[in-house]
Amino acid sequence: MRILEGQGVNKYFGGLAAVSNMAFHIDQGEIVGLIGPNGAGKTTLFNLISAALPLSSGEIRFRGRKLNGLKPHQICKMGVSRTFQETKIFGNMPVSQNVLVGAFFGSPNRVPAEDAAREVTQALEFVGLSAMRATPVKDLTLVNQKRVEVARALATKPELLLLDELMAGLNPTEISESMKLVTRIRDTGITILMVEHVVKAIMGICERIMVLHHGEKIADGTCREIAANKTVIDVYLGEGAHAGS
Amino acid sequence: MDITRFISTHRKLLLVGVSLLIILGFLATLPLYGGVYYTRLLTTILMYVILSVSWAMFSGSTGYMSLAPAVFFGVGIYTMGFLQRILPFPVIIPIGGLLSFIVALPVGLVTLRLKGIYFAIFTFGLVVFMREVVAALESDLFGRVGQHINPLPDETMFYAMLVIAVATLLAIYFIRRSRLGLAMLSIGGNEEAAAHMGVNTIRVKVLTFAISAFFMGLAGVIMAPMKIYIDPRIAFSPIYSFMPILMAVFGGMGQFYGPVAGAIIFAYLEKTLRAQFPQYFMLGFGIILVLIILFLPNGIAGLVSKLQNKLGGVIAKLGKEGEAE
Repeated sequence: MRILEGQGVNKYFGGLAAVSNMAFHIDQGEIVGLIGPNGAGKTTLFNLISAALPLSSGEIRFRGRKLNGLKPHQICKMGVSRTFQETKIFGNMPVSQNVLVGAFFGSPNRVPAEDAAREVTQALEFVGLSAMRATPVKDLTLVNQKRVEVARALATKPELLLLDELMAGLNPTEISESMKLVTRIRDTGITILMVEHVVKAIMGICERIMVLHHGEKIADGTCREIAANKTVIDVYLGEGAHAGS
Repeated sequence: MDITRFISTHRKLLLVGVSLLIILGFLATLPLYGGVYYTRLLTTILMYVILSVSWAMFSGSTGYMSLAPAVFFGVGIYTMGFLQRILPFPVIIPIGGLLSFIVALPVGLVTLRLKGIYFAIFTFGLVVFMREVVAALESDLFGRVGQHINPLPDETMFYAMLVIAVATLLAIYFIRRSRLGLAMLSIGGNEEAAAHMGVNTIRVKVLTFAISAFFMGLAGVIMAPMKIYIDPRIAFSPIYSFMPILMAVFGGMGQFYGPVAGAIIFAYLEKTLRAQFPQYFMLGFGIILVLIILFLPNGIAGLVSKLQNKLGGVIAKLGKEGEAE
């Protein structure tokens, strides 16, 4: 079943087409990777889906409902949550309160305080931050700040989670931990769309990959298909990836 | 329930509660022995407490530096001016608050899209704008600008201000701990992220901006009779925008009691020093403020928690050494 679908999606910044005439879809339960060179329009597409930016034209549907014209908080309440390429945390607030914001405000209905507190505990346990719940987030390491963002997004009870470069800036151990985390999130029934530059991570966990270049989708397929795709190798992966490493 | 156990487990709470009650008792009986001077001084101090605490509730937590307190305070003053001969004083007080709330809604909707310095400048422009609007309104309606306010007994103003101050403090204390308070903090932390986590940022900002305006309007109504004569220049003086901010910064916005302490100390010093050293006191204040911002960016409240941490560390260390022996 298609959970997210875009038709003729366009976004112009002045005369520049950041995303041009794009059609895409995400099926329920998938982990879909979104790759492409810098400036390809990956984050712009995320911002269009989460309504951080308005569409220039076209439409995006979530579970059949049109997202055009909605505000970010409405998108979140519908069940689409996200993290950010450059972490956007509530730095002075403790970890638990960061997550509490998602738990309280992320649902369409009013969440009772006890339920919210339970969700915070669960989300922190899930990402492995239970021991740091009282620490101000600004004092955490990058990888833990990113985990706070994930926990915060999970607390909104999303059906679709957009992860924007979760692995960027992490060391190899942290990357493999984060890969496991993403798979575990999907196993709870949450569909995932992730922007990633770490090819190993993308190839390791994604079932399908979409490749963007200059605002257009140039390829869409399984990891194997993408790794063998001549255009993708030329513009993004480079020769090294050709052997399927 | 076992009373001794209750006392030992809730010691801190009891201590705070009892001292608050003592302070309140002292304040409530002050006019009996304080005389006119102290009654009026305390009325002014309580007014500043209301202004700075309600300013800090909105600006301190969302990070939107509003220079508009004078607008809402002035609306309160003029509500008293226009209604004093029509309605009794206790009825005018909530009307002044409501009018400020109503003025703040459209203002918030328009200005709260602006960020940082632009918001500050716009809200300050609003003080000037309101002054002119009220002046025009007054001359159209009455053919003159400025009016006398019938004086009220000092005790009446004092008790009204005390009741409103206590109500404001209680309301803001609970707002800060509510989910509205959490939403405000998340906006101050990162507005974009707050919106993506489901916070209706516009609604939260406009609503809390208007709530803070409500309290400022209440204070304006009560303060009006003390002025005896008002005109738009007096009612919408930018001083009422600057002072609450200085007090909140001086006291520290991180803690609830920060702006309260700031307002009390600042207002007391202002009143007493201005009488003794009319030429030097502003100079002295300027220097103190610069020093505070440079060395105590979290104000007096920040200094207190710093000292607590240091002392706590020393005490813990001593305790450990004691155990080791």
